[in-house]
Amino acid sequence: MEVTSINQGVIIDHVPAGRALTVLHYLGLDPSRTRLALIMNAPSRRFGAKDIIKIEGEPELRLDALGFVAPQASINRVEGGRIVDKRRPVRPESLTGVIACTNPRCVTTVERGLPQSFHLDHTGADGVYRCDYCDEKAEV
Amino acid sequence: MSEQQQGPIYGRHDSPSFSSSSSNTSLSGHRQDIRGSSLVTLDELDTWWIRELIHRAAYIDAHRARVAGTCKGKVLATLFYEPSTRTRLSFETAMLRLGGQVVGFAGSQLSSVSKGESIADTLCVVSSYADIIAIRHPKEGAALVAARSADVPVINAGDGGHLHPTQTLADLATLQARLGRIDHLTIGLCGDLTFGRTVHSLIETLTRFGNVRFVLVSPPELTCPRYVLDRIDASRTCSFQETGDLEAVIGDLDALYMTRVQKERFFNEDDYLRLRDSYILTEDKLRLAKRDMAVLHPLPRVNEIAVEVDRDPRAAYFQQVKEGMLMRMALEAALLGDELPGYEPGEEVAA
Repeated sequence: MEVTSINQGVIIDHVPAGRALTVLHYLGLDPSRTRLALIMNAPSRRFGAKDIIKIEGEPELRLDALGFVAPQASINRVEGGRIVDKRRPVRPESLTGVIACTNPRCVTTVERGLPQSFHLDHTGADGVYRCDYCDEKAEV
Repeated sequence: MSEQQQGPIYGRHDSPSFSSSSSNTSLSGHRQDIRGSSLVTLDELDTWWIRELIHRAAYIDAHRARVAGTCKGKVLATLFYEPSTRTRLSFETAMLRLGGQVVGFAGSQLSSVSKGESIADTLCVVSSYADIIAIRHPKEGAALVAARSADVPVINAGDGGHLHPTQTLADLATLQARLGRIDHLTIGLCGDLTFGRTVHSLIETLTRFGNVRFVLVSPPELTCPRYVLDRIDASRTCSFQETGDLEAVIGDLDALYMTRVQKERFFNEDDYLRLRDSYILTEDKLRLAKRDMAVLHPLPRVNEIAVEVDRDPRAAYFQQVKEGMLMRMALEAALLGDELPGYEPGEEVAA
């Protein structure tokens, strides 16, 4: 399968296979206004299979969300048809307005106007985010 | 968790938080300055201050008349959105015994909450009336919202199944009074270890003092959550053992912390009925225990400790209630910045 190269934009590579649609949701992009291509289950030497997201133009992406949902991905900036910058997402210490707490007992379910905010938990397993209010573990 | 890995700064008021640098000087010339701060979780209170509050509570107990005017002219507001007679009375009695006064409500049907007022708005209003606020709320994280909204110190008096820091302070003071230490312990925790917030908080706090062996006794359905066990694992000097057999391990324990299987934490009543009688402490079981083991319970109990155990000198749960009030006195005075007359920091007080 072939997808046309992009001339100017961003390629998010090494997205875990099958997770591209989820990543797209967290990036905060409006798919109806953005020229993009999703490649799912592409062969990968490192992971066996991977997803790739190609976005044309200069999109405003929530890269902090990428650090939460796909920290192993790579972000490639393309200019003039060439990759000019390549970096890995950084796990942010806090996430606000990206995910919602799923704990039905959390105060965010009743209190108006509270931001949904999470923090990186350094006490247990790597990459676990917990709700600032109730400490519930965040789920992708 | 290290002392540095602490949460966000709480409280809207322009006062130092518990997360402030350990180089700060306090009203007593030591470490953190907690005057004007809120207490949402014990994680923000350094171990020096926890020991200091235990010392102050012992001092208060030994000098009740002398400290009776410590908070004269101050007003405590108790905002109890769910019933908890004992905790509310403890907070209120603590302030009255320090010479202050008390306002508040118990039950959300009596407050503006029934008209749809948010926690943040209620706290903004009440901070105009009171010098310090104690809040209990069924929703987890409500105390943090309260602390961020208020202009005066807020004490978390329990936010759902999440945190109840002053209960943990009461537990620590009882261990100190009974055993003379809060480290180098083998402590059993028995019953509902899944939803038991007092258990989680006690474990997490004791791991900060170190050299504690936790014996976790529960049915398989009510074991301790992984994130709490991770805290023990992260400590270099603490360890844990999980078991379902209380009688097999009771002889090893310096203290046994019993808990109630709480009906209000279950969505399914069938599960509650099946698990509520898992462990009942009786005199027969106590015969297998050390002669100086302390039996603690956050109360109220239902049937998990037989009434006959009340007469056993190892029963410490009613002393725990008294220690809770004394710790709340020490805490309220410290957060208000009111010095205890005649008290010297770190002073050892004979029990």
